[in-house]
Order: sequence, then C-alpha cells, then structure tokens
Amino acid sequence: MVKIEDFGEFEMSWCPGCGNFSILKALKQALTASQIPPHKVLHVSGIGQAAKAPHYMRANMFNGLHGRSLSSATGARMVNTNLHVIVESGDGCIYAEGGNHFLATLRRNVDLTLLVHNNQIYGLTKGQASPTSDEGFATKFQPDGVTAYPFNPVAVAVTMKTGFVARGFSGEIDHLAGLIQEAIRHRGLSMIDILQPCVSFNKVNTFAWYKQRCYKLEQDHDPTDWESALKKALEWGDRIPIGILYRNKQKAPFEERFPVLRKGPLRSQEVDRRTLKEILWRYA
Amino acid sequence: MTRGTYNIVLGGEAGQGLVTVGHALAKALVRSGYRIVVTQSYYSRIRGGHNTFAVRIHEHEVQAPTESVDLLVALDRETIVEDRIGLKSDGILLSDAAWDSGETSCLKIPYKELSHPRYSNTVALGVTAYVLGLDLGLLCNLLDEQFKKKPQVADENKEALKNTFDWCSGQSSFPHQKLSPVSNPVKRLMMNGHEAVALGVASAGVKFCSFYPMTPGSSIVMYLMDYVKEMGIVVEQAEDEIAAINMAIGASFMGAPAMVATSGGGFALMEEAVSLAGVSETPIAIFIGQRPGPATGLPTRTEQADLNLALYSGHGEFPRAIFAPGTIEDCFHLARKTFEMAEKYQGPAFLLTDQFIADSYRAIDPFEIESLEPVALPHKVEITGDKYERYAITESGVSPRLLPGETEHLVVGDSHEHTEAGHITEDPQIRKAMVDKRLRKEQGMRKEIIPPEIEGDGNPDLLLLSWGSTKGAASEAAAFLRAKGTRTATIHFAQVWPLDPEQFTHHLDSAKQVISIEGNATGQFAQLIRRETGFHIHRQILRYDGRPFTPEWILRELSA
Repeated sequence: MVKIEDFGEFEMSWCPGCGNFSILKALKQALTASQIPPHKVLHVSGIGQAAKAPHYMRANMFNGLHGRSLSSATGARMVNTNLHVIVESGDGCIYAEGGNHFLATLRRNVDLTLLVHNNQIYGLTKGQASPTSDEGFATKFQPDGVTAYPFNPVAVAVTMKTGFVARGFSGEIDHLAGLIQEAIRHRGLSMIDILQPCVSFNKVNTFAWYKQRCYKLEQDHDPTDWESALKKALEWGDRIPIGILYRNKQKAPFEERFPVLRKGPLRSQEVDRRTLKEILWRYA
Repeated sequence: MTRGTYNIVLGGEAGQGLVTVGHALAKALVRSGYRIVVTQSYYSRIRGGHNTFAVRIHEHEVQAPTESVDLLVALDRETIVEDRIGLKSDGILLSDAAWDSGETSCLKIPYKELSHPRYSNTVALGVTAYVLGLDLGLLCNLLDEQFKKKPQVADENKEALKNTFDWCSGQSSFPHQKLSPVSNPVKRLMMNGHEAVALGVASAGVKFCSFYPMTPGSSIVMYLMDYVKEMGIVVEQAEDEIAAINMAIGASFMGAPAMVATSGGGFALMEEAVSLAGVSETPIAIFIGQRPGPATGLPTRTEQADLNLALYSGHGEFPRAIFAPGTIEDCFHLARKTFEMAEKYQGPAFLLTDQFIADSYRAIDPFEIESLEPVALPHKVEITGDKYERYAITESGVSPRLLPGETEHLVVGDSHEHTEAGHITEDPQIRKAMVDKRLRKEQGMRKEIIPPEIEGDGNPDLLLLSWGSTKGAASEAAAFLRAKGTRTATIHFAQVWPLDPEQFTHHLDSAKQVISIEGNATGQFAQLIRRETGFHIHRQILRYDGRPFTPEWILRELSA
C-alpha cells in the first residue's frame, strides 16, 4: 500500500506562495492514488525552479541539463519500460531551450508523462520573458514588452494529435492530481501544461489572474473530437479552459516499435556472442 | 612474369557505381589472399564530382596508401585529367574506346560492345580483374552473393563479366604482369575502420545508440544497423546532436551501455552533455569521426584536428579517456576499450577516428570475438545495509552504482554539485570533496593506459611520432629510411589521454631528432606531449589539405 508519506518531505527553496508547492503535492497525490511506489518512478527534470521538483520528492531521479529532460527521459524509458517516467520542468526549459525536443517527443509518442510548469516567466534567472509570455509583457530584460507572439503548447500538441493533452492550474490541486493520474494511466505520451503564478517576478499573471479566468471543462467537451479540442486549446484570454483537452488512443507508443523491449529491460539482456561470431564472418 | 604488388585507382563520378566496383574488387583480392589498403576520396555531393577508390595490393602486409599508380581505371574522362599525373611511366590506363584520349599506354575498352550501359561498371571490374589475374569463378561467386535476392541481376552481371574476360583473352596488347598468385590463401576478413568500430561496440555489449547524421561519423551507425535486431540494440535517430547525447546519457543512467557517433561539428553541439556525464557520473562512449573544420570545412575529407576538442570538451573539470585507432584491428579493440573505460570510471570516454580510416578497407585476421567479454555492468555491485548513496565518496573515486527500479533503493543522477545522496548542495567542503572524488578516478585510468608502441632501431637518429590513423604511413616511411641506412624508429600512441610520461619520455630522449606527424595544422598532440612532459618535439610534419598521409608524403617532407 503506497502512502503519500512514502514520497517524503523535504526542505524546499521555492518562494512562499509559489505554485510549485501545489503542483508537487498534486503529483504525490496522483502517484499515491495510482499506487506506484517511489522505486518504480523515474522523475526527470531539466533546469529552472520547477526542475528542482525531483529533489523534493522520494523517487529515482535524473536532474540533467536545461532543456534536455525529454531527451534523457526518452533514452531512460527505452532501457527499462517497467518504470513510470515523469518529466517535470518549466516553460522555459521545455518550450524554449528544449523546443526541438518537445516537438520530437510529440512525434515519437514515448510513454511518459510530461508536466510543464507554465508561469509565463523565468524564475530562476530572475524575471525574463518566457515563450508563453503574452505579447507586450514587459520585464526588466524586455522593458518595451515581448515582441514575439506567444507559443501555445497545448494547441501544438493537439495539432499533432498527441495522445493525451491537458491543461491544469496550480490553484486546483485535486483537479490537477486527477489529471496527472489520468495522464500516468495513458499509454503513450501524455502532457499537462500547468498554469501557475510566479509570486516573485510575474506581476501580471497572478494567482487571482488565473483564478478569475480558469474554468473546468465539463462533460459537454468531447476530448476525442479533434476539431473541438483544437478550439478549446486555442481559447486564451478572458476564459481559459482547464482539464483534458484532447485524447487519442489510436497511436502506438514509441516503445512498441522496438520488439527487443518485449524481452524485458535492455540492459539485462545477454550479449549473444555466437550470433556476433556469425556476423563477423559475413565480412569474409 | 608476375609481380607482388599493384596500386590501382578507380575514378568516376558519384552515382556511377564506383564504390560497388571497388568493393567487389577489394573483396576478390582479399579472398585471393592479398593484403590491401583502400583509400576512398569523394566529394560532398550525390551525383557528379570526381571520386576515386584506390586499392593498394600487396602479397605481404601493407599499412598505408601509396601515391604512384600502376593501373588507372577511368569510368569518366575527368579521371584521365585528374589522376593521369599519378600514373607511373610504365603504368596502364583503362579508358573507354568511345573516348579520344590520345594516350599511349592506354587500353581502350569497348564498353558499348561488351554489355548494356547498365553493366559498364561490371565490365570495368572484369578488365581490372583480368589484368590482375583474378579468378573468374571467384568473381562470379561474389556477384551471386551481392545479388542474392535478385538472381536475374546476378546472371546479367555475370554474363557481362564473362564477355569481358573473353574479350580480354583475345587482346594481344594486354600487359602480361599479373599479380603473383598466393598459394593456399589464409581466410581473412575485409573490413574498413567504421565496420570494425561497429563490431567492437557490439562486442562490448552496446544496447543503446543515438545519433544525428553527419559524415563521416554516421557510417558507424549505418554498419551497426545491419545487425541491431539480431543483437538486441536500440538505435534512434535524434532530432539533433544535443538530443542524441542526452538520450544516450538517459539510457546509460538506466544501465544500458550507450553511445553516440558523430563528427566534429556534431560533437561541438554535444559538449555540454559531456560535462553532464562527468558530474552525473554516467558512462557514455563517444565516437568522433574526424573531418576537416572549422565549421562545415571539408565534409568528406580527413583530418586529425579534433583532439583538443575532445580533450577539453565540456565545462568544469572531470576525467576522461581518449583513444585513437591506427589500424582496423585497433578500431575494433579500442571501441571495446572506450566502453570499458566509460563503464568502469562512470563518465565519458572517446574514440577518435577520421574519414581516412573510417573508409579504408583492409584484409584482417578474424577477431576472437566469441571469447571477448562484454563490458562489466553495474549489477555486479553489491550494496550492504539499507542505505544507498549514489555518489558515496570512495578511495578510488568510483561510487557503487545501482540502477533505478532494480531494487527498492532510489537512484539519483544530478547535474548540480551534489551531496553523496545526490541532492543539490553549495556547501564548500562537500563541493571540494566531490571534485576531488571525481578527479581521483583519473588515477585508476592512469594505471591502465595503453603504452605507446615503439618500433625500429634503438637510440635512433630519427624517431617518428604518430597518433591515430597516421600510424601506417609513419611506419612505412620509417621502414624505408631504415632500409636506406638511417637509424629510424617510430612511436605510436593509440591512447592519447591520459598520458603517462614515464612510459615514453626516455624514448624521446634517446633519439637525436623526434619528428611528429599529425593530420592538423597546429600540432595538437605535439603540444600535449610538451605540456605533459616538457619535451619539445624537434620538428613537425603536418598535413591539413584534407588528404591522408602517405609514406611518400612524409619522406618528401623529411628531405625538404
């Protein structure tokens, strides 16, 4: 019986009031509800405030380079499919530095769960614009406001018919925990873009700003209907939908394309030296 | 009358099937018991350009390409213009009867009469094989093997070959000097450098390989692809080199022996992750097929200028091992060694090949592949007690390594400076202890350095120093000088980092003159020798025109 305490309590370096606390709590709740013990989890992150999460939860973890968490997680997942791989990092890490890997991961459909902390700003480096900052958003580094158009990660993921695309809000912990639990259960790539305030640097998209706009998708939204999912994914402004935007169970997980993985973890498979000798003689 | 050696150059445009002919010829020669050194020279284009496939043939072992040509086979007119200059005064040019070449020592082949244009390259193979005195039956067997799945194509090719042999036997003007036959030829393999690297990594037990295509590095992966399914290896083409190496590090973290293969430019993109492998103490085998830079440089040519790139790659300080094969056998054994060092010392290890050795086919004696153990994996580590710390400080610097998910112990990998438990710390004492722990691993590596190979006269007048693929040319140049009466020796480094000065400084001191031979413009290895030993190499012979060293090139430089 897995209990939430199994995932531990740590001293954390996040700012008081940061959305990260709630997201971490939701993740622990989801893992507990899914009855996945810490040693069956691989928690992978990049760099940023969100990327510190693995240090604050008991599980196997790999905290690698900025932007590269999806790459490391993909490699790890291919070696041992017995572990649940959770990738957790921020909007800068996944959508900016790791943008190419984000797109490639959507294409591969690796069976992992991607949790992106999206506060529309960079926290660790003290307040620069992020790829999801709204147009005109001013910072100390962009005093005249952001001049590029914002990246819409969920719309991109829905466009590519990613198997599981959701948006969560750190102010709705139980709702978010439910989304994470569903995401973990999904076979193939599941991604949740999680809106959260940055109390230190984002004075526009505050807790109240999100609270006022976020509304939960209800029964009338059919996440298997791609066109209406895309409409919901594009909805941003006075009202922002949270919940499962799109689901598609038709796509085969990446891992299934490699028959060798059916024989168990790669690394415990013997090197077949007799076959190797046969191969050698093909060069005669 | 027969002869023990022939140097053949086949020339043509990309897309003419030059490599197919060259490969078949080389294989026929190896099966007939000859030694070969193949040099492939090609432009960075899919069609057109001027490419050559050169085969140096010898009844005894040879180690390097040679310049003067005995037989020039022109599949296009450009070959006559470009390569005529290398042909010996008594050399033979095979050209097309349809061309007006005006050459004297020229055999004109009536390609159009002998076959459909589709099989022109088979006709060229036939004439070349006839001139050399190769067996028709052996060539037919090769074609049957090559077109196993297309018997009709095999038959048509064989017919073209037979017509060609018939036509040749009726030509009174044909040269009589065939190759001296090798009686009871030893069964050897024909393999190029990257084929041997691929077999080496398979023998080491690679389980995961990720890459982004780049010439010449990606041919390692291409050769590996021939048997990944049989050997249970996962290969993934990543979206870029950064993804490739981070994927491989992720795979390695989970316990799979993992590698990347690239070239200088691609490796430059991977550098940050080399540092990650260093601090997270994750094994990673990195294969760099060198080509001339900077930036795009000469994409399909050869150079040895990425030594410093590999040696200093990645920010911060952490140990590494770097190998550079000088022979095809080295390619195989050092590819294994690269994995061994990566796994044993839990960090990055490198193999530096280059375009020349990557593409250079040779006849080799088969490896004892069945008796070679794959690399030792972390499951042999036993943890006592219930506390496990991934980065436990040890005397050797190597921490016992468990793998995620295999026990209830949690396994942590971290890119920050970290505690023994693997969590972020900025404590100055822990920081220092961790840096020291990681660097201590180099002491272990130093105990298993492959010593440089010394050959030739003691207390020589000339000591030629080489590393990597330059070995063969240096060794043959030295043999030539010895035969002329100059006391000459060679010192060759197959491992270029770490270095142990005690293994070789006395050799450098014992020579009147030490001359380094490197395929780069700044003498990177000579600089490294000086940094590590204080020994100032007297003279440097450097080549950086994108072409491989030959013994003649070295001898000309020496007498200049």
